[in-house]
Amino acid sequence: MVDLKDLTIKKAHKALIKKEYKVIDLVESYKKVIAEKDPTYHACLEVFSDIDDQVENAQRMIDNSNTSELAGIPFILKDNILVKGHVASAGSKMLENFVSPYDATAVRKLKDAGAIIIGRANMDEFAMGVSTENSAFGTTRNPFDKSRVAGGSSGGSAAAVALDETLVALGSDTGGSVRQPSSFCGVVGFKPTYGSVSRFGLIAMASSFDVIGPITRTVEDAEIVFNVIRGTDALDSTSFYPKEPNKVSEKIRVGVPREFLSMGGIDERVLKNFDESVERLRDLGFEIVDIDLPNIKYALSAYYIIVPAEVSSNLARFDGVKYGAHLEGKDVIDDYFVTRGGNFGREVRRRIILGTYVLSSGYYDAFYHKANAVRDRIKSDYNKAFENVDVIITPTTPAPAFKIGEKVNDPLQMYLEDVFTCPVNVSGNPAISVPCGFAEVEGEKLPLGLQFIGRPYEEATLFKTGKRFLNESDGSI
Amino acid sequence: MVDKKEIEKLAHLARIKIPDEEISSLTGEIDSILEYVRQIQEAGPDSLETENTSNTVNIMREDGIPHDSGIYSKDILAQSPQTEGEYIKVKKILPN
Repeated sequence: MVDLKDLTIKKAHKALIKKEYKVIDLVESYKKVIAEKDPTYHACLEVFSDIDDQVENAQRMIDNSNTSELAGIPFILKDNILVKGHVASAGSKMLENFVSPYDATAVRKLKDAGAIIIGRANMDEFAMGVSTENSAFGTTRNPFDKSRVAGGSSGGSAAAVALDETLVALGSDTGGSVRQPSSFCGVVGFKPTYGSVSRFGLIAMASSFDVIGPITRTVEDAEIVFNVIRGTDALDSTSFYPKEPNKVSEKIRVGVPREFLSMGGIDERVLKNFDESVERLRDLGFEIVDIDLPNIKYALSAYYIIVPAEVSSNLARFDGVKYGAHLEGKDVIDDYFVTRGGNFGREVRRRIILGTYVLSSGYYDAFYHKANAVRDRIKSDYNKAFENVDVIITPTTPAPAFKIGEKVNDPLQMYLEDVFTCPVNVSGNPAISVPCGFAEVEGEKLPLGLQFIGRPYEEATLFKTGKRFLNESDGSI
Repeated sequence: MVDKKEIEKLAHLARIKIPDEEISSLTGEIDSILEYVRQIQEAGPDSLETENTSNTVNIMREDGIPHDSGIYSKDILAQSPQTEGEYIKVKKILPN
């Protein structure tokens, strides 16, 4: 058995190259943890049994040396990322038996690099939620406290990494769905600049927000994975990554949006921990300045107007005809009604209704149009702030992980979870959540996350800042 | 304030069958969400005096043949709930 504790991509790569163990040993070690722990935590929806070819191929790459650092590295993918020949259900009954006819671009890039896709992770249905309680296939439990949620919507992915069920996971982030569960599970979650990772083969939720991102144990691992999966893709016309991304800022100035943090409703322990993190950054030599983001207080409202609008449009494709589930109605139109009514869960139905409302005539201008205007203002706020600072920090979530069932009957309370994470999906900027300590709640230590936000295509500055904050080896400034 | 009738109409537009008891709870939930998001009305006027914040551009490509005809048909048809030969099957659309 391979010792999985504190393993990183670089350490595993080195050990594989030096033949300390083989790819199959690494994969089997993770599978053993899954067999032990997953019945309790339910991070995975499926462990793939047909990966022998991938394992052999990766071993060959390593034996011939000169290979990618990802060769032989096990990955678990969120259930909305397509892997050819495997089910991708997006946590929904609607796609419970859908077998993907092709690989997502991010998956093709991972496979080309020799990575091993060992399974698929639980998630909120169609990525709508912050707790995986909206999954049609059960709730994922928090690795630090079984009575609490793992976060969402990529809760299975984050819990799997925290539990050592995989070295790396991929999630998707529309309003915080990579960063929030990473914060709840004490791991690193990275949301790249919008468009920098192809959405081809990612089941759509809100197309102008969605982006695939890695969940890892270290910032360096997130960086390694991002550098493999990023890039302009002819199969996604909204994808773009510059040939020469922005250079790392030399002397990093960190901005703190003080007014945004004093809006109320934030857990005292989170605020105290945040202040300690700011001091830690100051001690590490970062210059700290206060900044103003005047329109950021409207971000959550704009988000919960535009996202449901895009959801109602994107999910119109599930009609029981082309693919996915089908229920019999009395005629062709009734087939639609019963198929969609019977296979979408409550939150998905709620968002479709909300999206249909804000797009209907009479409300379009007051809601959808206005929200898009606010979206421009928020982008402009960030652009102005980034003239003076290189990184902006906030807590990742307003409180540590909540109890399973605590918020299920109050959708608005669930939505408020995204208050710190969704503004960068509204603007498109990259952001990373890193573990920054614990809050003690009812005798359990629950992880907290610190969010670093950067300029578009300047992911490198975020990685550098995050590594320095976590004291990772080459994070010197 | 949205009422039950309005939610029923939206459900009809979205082609979703929603049970009666859920219509009532949905009415309250949608109302409280709309109440919250309505605060965007307080944001400043629509026009921005600042630079164009959008960094998106149109991506064009040649209108060519993407792949050989039919190479994906079998895999894609295999995912369809009802097929007949090489066709997806649906109920009759026009009455007799």
